[in-house]
Amino acid sequence: MRIRSVPMREVQVWELPVRIYHWVNALCVLTLCITGYVIGNPPAFMKGTEAYFNYWFGTVRFIHFVAAFVFFFNFLVRIYWGFVGNEFSRWYNFIPLKRCQWKEILTVIKVDVLQVTNKQIDSIGHNSLASLIYFITFLIFLMQCLTGFGMYAAMSNAFLPKLFAWVVPFLGGDIHVRQLHHILMWAFILFAIIHIYLVFYHDYIERRGVTSSMIGGWKYIEEDVIVRHENRTEECPKN
Amino acid sequence: MENKELSFYEEVKASGISRKEFLKFCTVMAAWLGLETSGVGQIVKALETKPRLPVIWFHFQECTCCSESFIRASHPIVANIVLDKISLDYQETLMAASGVQAEDAYKTVMAKYPGQYIVMVEGSIPTENEAYCCIGGRSALQILKEAVANSKAVVAWGNCASAGCVQAASPNPTGAKPVHKVISGKPVINVQGCPPIADVMAGVVVHLLTFDRIPQLDGLGRPKAFYSRRVHDTCYRRANFDAGLFVEAFDDEGAKRGYCLYKMGCKGPVTYNSCGIIKWNDGVSYPIQSGHPCIGCAEAGFWDNGPFYHHLPAIAGFGIETTADKIGVAVGLSAVAGVAGHAILTNIRKHREITNAPEAGSEIKTTKEE
Repeated sequence: MRIRSVPMREVQVWELPVRIYHWVNALCVLTLCITGYVIGNPPAFMKGTEAYFNYWFGTVRFIHFVAAFVFFFNFLVRIYWGFVGNEFSRWYNFIPLKRCQWKEILTVIKVDVLQVTNKQIDSIGHNSLASLIYFITFLIFLMQCLTGFGMYAAMSNAFLPKLFAWVVPFLGGDIHVRQLHHILMWAFILFAIIHIYLVFYHDYIERRGVTSSMIGGWKYIEEDVIVRHENRTEECPKN
Repeated sequence: MENKELSFYEEVKASGISRKEFLKFCTVMAAWLGLETSGVGQIVKALETKPRLPVIWFHFQECTCCSESFIRASHPIVANIVLDKISLDYQETLMAASGVQAEDAYKTVMAKYPGQYIVMVEGSIPTENEAYCCIGGRSALQILKEAVANSKAVVAWGNCASAGCVQAASPNPTGAKPVHKVISGKPVINVQGCPPIADVMAGVVVHLLTFDRIPQLDGLGRPKAFYSRRVHDTCYRRANFDAGLFVEAFDDEGAKRGYCLYKMGCKGPVTYNSCGIIKWNDGVSYPIQSGHPCIGCAEAGFWDNGPFYHHLPAIAGFGIETTADKIGVAVGLSAVAGVAGHAILTNIRKHREITNAPEAGSEIKTTKEE
C-alpha cells in the first residue's frame, strides 16, 4: 500500500455564482454547438412529406436562440462577478498585465504542457496560462454574442437584439458574420476537448480535487502553498 | 432638353400614356415603397407638378445589366418616364449624342442645375491604375469626383457601384472600389443587386422625386423599403426550411416537391433584397421560384464567398472546397491526438512518481520538489 501524506487545507476557491455560471455556461455551449451545427448543416432526413406537418428545424433554431439569450446573460453575470467576487474570480486574474503572471505562464508551459520540468505550480485558483486562455474564450464569447445577435437583429424588433444591428454593416454583410459565427463555434469545440482533458490531467497530477471543486467549490491546497500565498511579497494578484 | 421644364406627367401624357395608366403606376410605386394610402396622392402630385429630375448616369466598370434591368421594368411607364423622357441628360448607353455633344450634355447639366442633379452610377471605379477606365481621356475617378461635387445625391446602381461586385473580387486587379469608398460629402444610395430589380430602381427614383430627399437607408446605405428583409424571410419556400425539408440534389424528390434550397447553397438567409416579394420580369418568378438557390448577388463580396452551391463559404487559402467545418474537424482531431499524446506522457511521468512514492509508514514529505 502506497500512502501519500501531504499536509493540506481546504480552500473555498469557486463561490456559488461562479459554479452556477460554469454549469449554465457548459450547458448553453453544448446546446448552442449542437443546435448551431445542425443549423449550419441540417440532416435532410425527411422525405415525401409536406411543410405543414413539420417544424423540427424551426424548433432547433428556437432552442438555439433561447440558449443564446441564457448564454449572454450568464456571461454578463460572470463579468459582474469578476468585479465583486473573491480573489480567484476577479477580472485581474484573467488579463496578464503583470510580470509574474507571464513568468507563471512560462512555467506552466514548461511543467504542464511540455512536461520538461516538474515544479509545483502555486496558483490556487486558475494558473496564469489557464486565466489567459479563459480571457481569450471570453473574447470569443463576446464575438459570438456580437455576431449571433447581429444576425438575429434583422428579424427581431426586441430591444436587446436591436442593440447589435450595427454588427452586420460593420463586418460588411451577413455572409461574413455568419462565416465568423460558424468558425468560432469550432473554437468552443476545441476549447471543450482541451478543457475537459486538462481537468482530468490536473486532478491526476496535482490531486487538488479540481474536478469536484467546480461542484463543491473547495480545493485541497498544500499547506506550504497557502503559506506562500499569504506571505507573497511580489505585487501580484496571483500566487 | 433645354425647352420648357415639363413635369413627369406632362412627359408621359405626351407619349400617349393614359391618366388611368399613370395612376396605376403611382399606386404600384406607393405599394413598393411601403407608403400608406395617402402616399399615392403625394406621388401623383409630385409627378404632376415637379419638373423632371436632372440626372447624369455614368457607366464605369460594369456590364450594363443595371440599365438592362431598368428598361425591363415591369411597368412600361417606368422605362418611359425614367429612361426616355425625363431624367437622362447623360447616359452613355442610351443617349443619342456622342463625342463632344455627349460631353456637352453632362457639362450643361452640371452648369445648369448645380446642387439639383442626381448622379447615378453603374459600375465600380478603378483605383489601382485609373487608366483602366477612361472616358474622353479622363479617368472614371476624375469624372465621378467632378460630377459629384455639385450634385444633390448619388445613386449607386447595382453591386458594382455599391460594393465592387466581380471587379473587386479577389485578386481585384484594377483596385476596383464602390462609389461610397471613393467619394465623400454626398449621400450615396446603394441600390444593391446584380442587377437590382427594375421596380426597386424605379421606386428609388420616384422616392427621390416625390419627397425631395433620399429614402431611409440601412447601415450599408441601402433603401430600407427594399433591403430590410432577407430573401429568406420573404421566401415562399420558408415553411420548408422551418419544417426541415431540404433539397439535397437538383433532381431529387425534395427538389420536385419544392423543398428549401438551403443545403444547395442558397444565400437567401444572408441576402437582403426584395426578390421574394417584387420578383422579376413583371413578377413572373425569381431564382428560388425557378428551383435555383439564391447566389447572394445583392451582398458585398458575394463572388469571394462561394462556391454558390455550398452553404458555407470556402476559406481562402485552403482551396475551393474547404469550408470551416472541414478545417474545424481537422483541427479538432489534431487536438484529440495532441491530448492523447499528452496523456501518454503524463502517465509515464505519473508512473515514475508513483513508483518513487514512499511506502506506507515512511516519513512525510511532499511528492513534488520545489
